[in-house]
Amino acid sequence: MELLDAVQQVSETIWEVSTDYKEGMRVPARIIATEKLMQDMDDAVLEQITNVATLPGIVKYALCMPDAHSGYGFPIGGVAAMDPAQGGVISPGGIGFDINCGMRLVRTNLTLSEVEPRIEELVDRLFERIPAGVGSSGALKVSESEFKELVVQGARWCVNQGYGWEEDLELTEEKGCIAGADPSKISERAIKRGLNQVGTLGSGNHYLEVQVLHPENIVNHETAKAFGLDIPEQIVVMFHCGSRGFGHQVATDYLQLFLKVMGPKYGIQLRDRELACAPFNSPEGQDYFAAMKCGLNMSFANRQVITHHVRKTFEEVFGRSAEDMGMHMIYDVSHNTAKLERHTVDGEERELLVHRKGATRAFAPGMPDVPERYQDLGQPVIIGGSMETGSYLLLGVESGREAFYSTAHGSGRTMSRTKARKLWRGDKLQRELKHRGIYIRTASYSGLAEEAGGAYKSIDEVVDATARAGLSTPVARFIPIGNVKG
Amino acid sequence: MPYHYVDEYTVADIAFEANGATLEEVFRSAAEAVMNAMIENLDEIRPEVTREVELEDSALDLLLFRFLQEFVYFKDADYLVLRVNEIQIEKASEVYRLRARLVGETLDADRHEQRVDVKAITLHEFCLEQVHGGWRAQVLLDV
Repeated sequence: MELLDAVQQVSETIWEVSTDYKEGMRVPARIIATEKLMQDMDDAVLEQITNVATLPGIVKYALCMPDAHSGYGFPIGGVAAMDPAQGGVISPGGIGFDINCGMRLVRTNLTLSEVEPRIEELVDRLFERIPAGVGSSGALKVSESEFKELVVQGARWCVNQGYGWEEDLELTEEKGCIAGADPSKISERAIKRGLNQVGTLGSGNHYLEVQVLHPENIVNHETAKAFGLDIPEQIVVMFHCGSRGFGHQVATDYLQLFLKVMGPKYGIQLRDRELACAPFNSPEGQDYFAAMKCGLNMSFANRQVITHHVRKTFEEVFGRSAEDMGMHMIYDVSHNTAKLERHTVDGEERELLVHRKGATRAFAPGMPDVPERYQDLGQPVIIGGSMETGSYLLLGVESGREAFYSTAHGSGRTMSRTKARKLWRGDKLQRELKHRGIYIRTASYSGLAEEAGGAYKSIDEVVDATARAGLSTPVARFIPIGNVKG
Repeated sequence: MPYHYVDEYTVADIAFEANGATLEEVFRSAAEAVMNAMIENLDEIRPEVTREVELEDSALDLLLFRFLQEFVYFKDADYLVLRVNEIQIEKASEVYRLRARLVGETLDADRHEQRVDVKAITLHEFCLEQVHGGWRAQVLLDV
């Protein structure tokens, strides 16, 4: 059945699939999108989100954010809150193999006129310094025992070693270190895959961009100013990456373990093996939670080391200190996680395990986990667009509670990689974009073609949908002038 | 080509179908498809380094799932790009046993034309089945 035939429109931005759609659905599925985004959404999203609705312990709805597109197991853009007290499960397929894939935004006090003349040198040096591409490695040498400390301490470990500033931690989700990470729950293979990959971008849709904030792209001047975004044509750096081979292996290891125990031990039958899960309150569920947290911390560390290299590269190119160039972090936020959070459901406060896969936590002003200095603003949300169209800074809002305070994570693909390869050529695209003022260095020309702007939904449409649906509110839109592509 | 990439299952990632007259051939084809998702010019991979792989599993499809993971593992852990040199699959009582020799070399960004890093082999719509004329596998890669 096609997506639009299966949904009932509940409001301007809410589309519901009832539990009648598929046997075993415990809750309805809800897709949050504008009509235009619904029309562009691929039909496989319907099958995937209704499969999610069959998972034990799911609360209220299986949710899809406006940038949703089909993935594996969960759709990308999927949010599912499980109640551990009601047999709620934890599923690696609800988090993604790339545990804590996320976004970081660093501001500067430089302007376009200062950076534009040096953009090629700047991007070339960033490309040299921050490894990108297939199996990228070698940005930081750590021993196995140091790596085990790193996955417990996260970004804190990096700052202690001189990679970054103390204030960076305050401006990172979970202060860059989630408690409860246990390296005894991770395999030797996971360590071997991740050991040489701290401080690397990876590939696919991972990137690092130098962006400009044109005054006309400030949506809310008051909140933008509160983030230090108040210089005309201000330059910022935004990047997107995750826990690299380490996190991928942690997820792979537990997917296989859950497959073995799910049916025989816990009596859970699923439509898609990729959704393999275990009760959160089971030895296997708890082991994965502790191992997954190592992945979260590895990723915070990864982005912390990259931040250090970004600052060093700017220092080399502009001959000024990073402090002098005002290279403060705005925020670092994950969009592939499962976290224990307290939410009010039907008037009752419950502790839920919220899976967000390609979805960003968007806490409202005043909530405890919002950094002290942003308490009145709300939690920053960083939305990466395609390399051609720009990216956004948003804020969490109180009306997001119905979606467990979650919002979109990017623009979301509308076109397969194979099709994109047929339509664009990487080298030609690179030349065209240079002509349009976006200088790109890439580890892969075909990978570049697959990431062409035309393969993605409109980022403006996605952000508008999140605002209309009351999930988040925009602060500013950034336009790329330089891009390091994995 | 004994494998081709397909669009039906995903817009975000890479899916492929692989074929072979024998089990060994379909495993080999699927391994090539995984490597070709990462490296465009497989013929540029020189046979300089060897890795021996031995696996067993009671489920044949999970044996393929685990075999394909080896290529992702060696790419990250040892920075190697590998192809199947020899492969044997036997059924021994209740389990299938695989022995393979993988050969290749260290990834060289100047010679090996990169496409996209494979993060994981997924089980989404994963399938290995006997069809007329041999075997068919369907795999979705997380990239």
